[in-house]
Amino acid sequence: VTAIETPAPRLGVETAVAETEQVAEPPRRRVRNTALRWLLYGLLSAVTMLFVYPFVWLVSASFKPRGEVFDNRLVPKTFTLDNYIAVWQEAPLALWLFNTLLVTVLATVTVTISSAMVAWGFSYFRFRGRTALFGLVLATMMLPGAVTMIPVFLIWDALGQVGNLTPLWAGNLFGSAFYIFLLRQFFLGLPRELFDAAKIDGANQWQVFSRIALPLTKPALIVTALFEFQAAWTDLMRPLIYLRDSSTFTVPRGLKSLLDRFGFGGEWHWEIVVTASVITTLPMIVLFFLGQRHFVRGIATTGSKG
Amino acid sequence: VGRQVSAPRRGGPRRQEVRAALLFISPWLVGFAVFTAYPVIYTGYLSFTDYDVINDPNFVGMDNFRELLEDPKVALALGNTFVFAAMSVPAQLLVSLFLALLLNWAGRASGFFRTAFFLPKMTPPVAIGILLLLLFNGQSGLINTMLGFVGIEGPAWTTDPTWVKPGLVVMSLWTVGGSVIILLAALRNVPQELYDAARVDGADWWDQTWRVTIPMISGALFFVFIVDTIAAFQSFTEAYTAFFGSGNTTYSNDAALFYAIYLFQQAFEFLHMGYASAMAWVLFVIIMVVTFVQVRLTRRFVFYEGEQR
Repeated sequence: VTAIETPAPRLGVETAVAETEQVAEPPRRRVRNTALRWLLYGLLSAVTMLFVYPFVWLVSASFKPRGEVFDNRLVPKTFTLDNYIAVWQEAPLALWLFNTLLVTVLATVTVTISSAMVAWGFSYFRFRGRTALFGLVLATMMLPGAVTMIPVFLIWDALGQVGNLTPLWAGNLFGSAFYIFLLRQFFLGLPRELFDAAKIDGANQWQVFSRIALPLTKPALIVTALFEFQAAWTDLMRPLIYLRDSSTFTVPRGLKSLLDRFGFGGEWHWEIVVTASVITTLPMIVLFFLGQRHFVRGIATTGSKG
Repeated sequence: VGRQVSAPRRGGPRRQEVRAALLFISPWLVGFAVFTAYPVIYTGYLSFTDYDVINDPNFVGMDNFRELLEDPKVALALGNTFVFAAMSVPAQLLVSLFLALLLNWAGRASGFFRTAFFLPKMTPPVAIGILLLLLFNGQSGLINTMLGFVGIEGPAWTTDPTWVKPGLVVMSLWTVGGSVIILLAALRNVPQELYDAARVDGADWWDQTWRVTIPMISGALFFVFIVDTIAAFQSFTEAYTAFFGSGNTTYSNDAALFYAIYLFQQAFEFLHMGYASAMAWVLFVIIMVVTFVQVRLTRRFVFYEGEQR
């Protein structure tokens, strides 16, 4: 249990920044021998093929007619856009996309703001029991979701929210342990004099946080927002638990229903499933290319806490 | 005089500070009470009851736990989960370490490859489950077609019970990109002096890798190991997507029945909330024990730089 808790406050913002620089910096251990270099690049290219080809396969298959989906050709023999039209007709895809976007944006905005507030409370102020309380924050990260899943469902049920989108994001109003941890590390690295100076200039506690601390934390806020955007967009379990009617589905939940209907045991229209998979995945690929730098830095920092 | 002026008034700014701190952390305090503390306790209570959401919980003592021990599906699901974890965690660790080392050796050019390795991690797990069904299809899937080129007749990955879990393990290797990034960052923090010193002492690259690199990144390896294990014990979405749901009841689901899937079914498909709560507590205990054992076994191999300073 102590594995994740103990090494916590080792790194501040300096290390995070130093790491970013080191990721970009040319490494010191390079293979000099030319033959070895070619072998290395050959190997890396082969692995790259393995990682990228499933996407290529999927996109290619989405442009093939029903009978050719499984022909494993790189370029479709018969190129067709029919699948994209068919998906739109078979499923309320626009509605699903709208639902997902709504949930994702609400989840992202709420968790970023609330986690930043809590992280600030745990990093700037000194009060009795702070360490113990923050230990509790970290401990909740270790808790398997299954242990809270059922009562949380019963709470939303009692509030009449089962079947609505609310349970998919409203929990984020209260912050999330991992992001609180991430943002606190960042806040701890900021020079305290900045805030004292602002206070002398007459800023109140909220202004010190919102006008001075938050703008300086932008990199960590972006990492938080990107991580949560991805988590909320791709989640399947909560939509499975809370959503009943097809009109309330998110895209992943809808994709699962399409698989059940058109895949094995269904009508065997794999081209629909394939095309819907492309539509579900594409926004995440775009998100990655928009925020690639931040994703990589965010994940690298996560690991260095271990 | 000066001392008196600078001394804070009793309960003045200090108390104000505490109040402000409490206001800032209040979202978490409320969330912790409502969405963590209360649910954990209530799950504990429910595990001693029969509860179907419609009728009030009915206290049954230890019955759920007794039933759990005798339920063949619990044994099956636990076995599946352990087998999957035992295969996927070491495989993920080895593959991500290997790829991180390759990237580290590649130097400046590694950026492009790193992107390529990470990309699958962005794929929604539902789509990964679907890709599993498509790529690993016994007759026409890409994997078996490729194996056919080199003269191997691939198994029926998605239907043959012996091959369902290996298929899931191979698929899980597609998303090692996150671990690769963590390990690569650790590799780049290994001080060059250590390699120089090792070389002066006559160490070849193999020695350097085992005596310098691995010990120096053991902290990151340990982190990946623990996090992957915890995740493996809770894996749900990919296997659920591919092998469960309303449509496909005729298939070899049993080999892919992970503990988290059976728990989900008990809770939300059969509405056995009490039984599922007992299962949740058992899972919690199992994860704690496994993590504890891992920490105890590996701690002495883990080297933290801080220890030396």
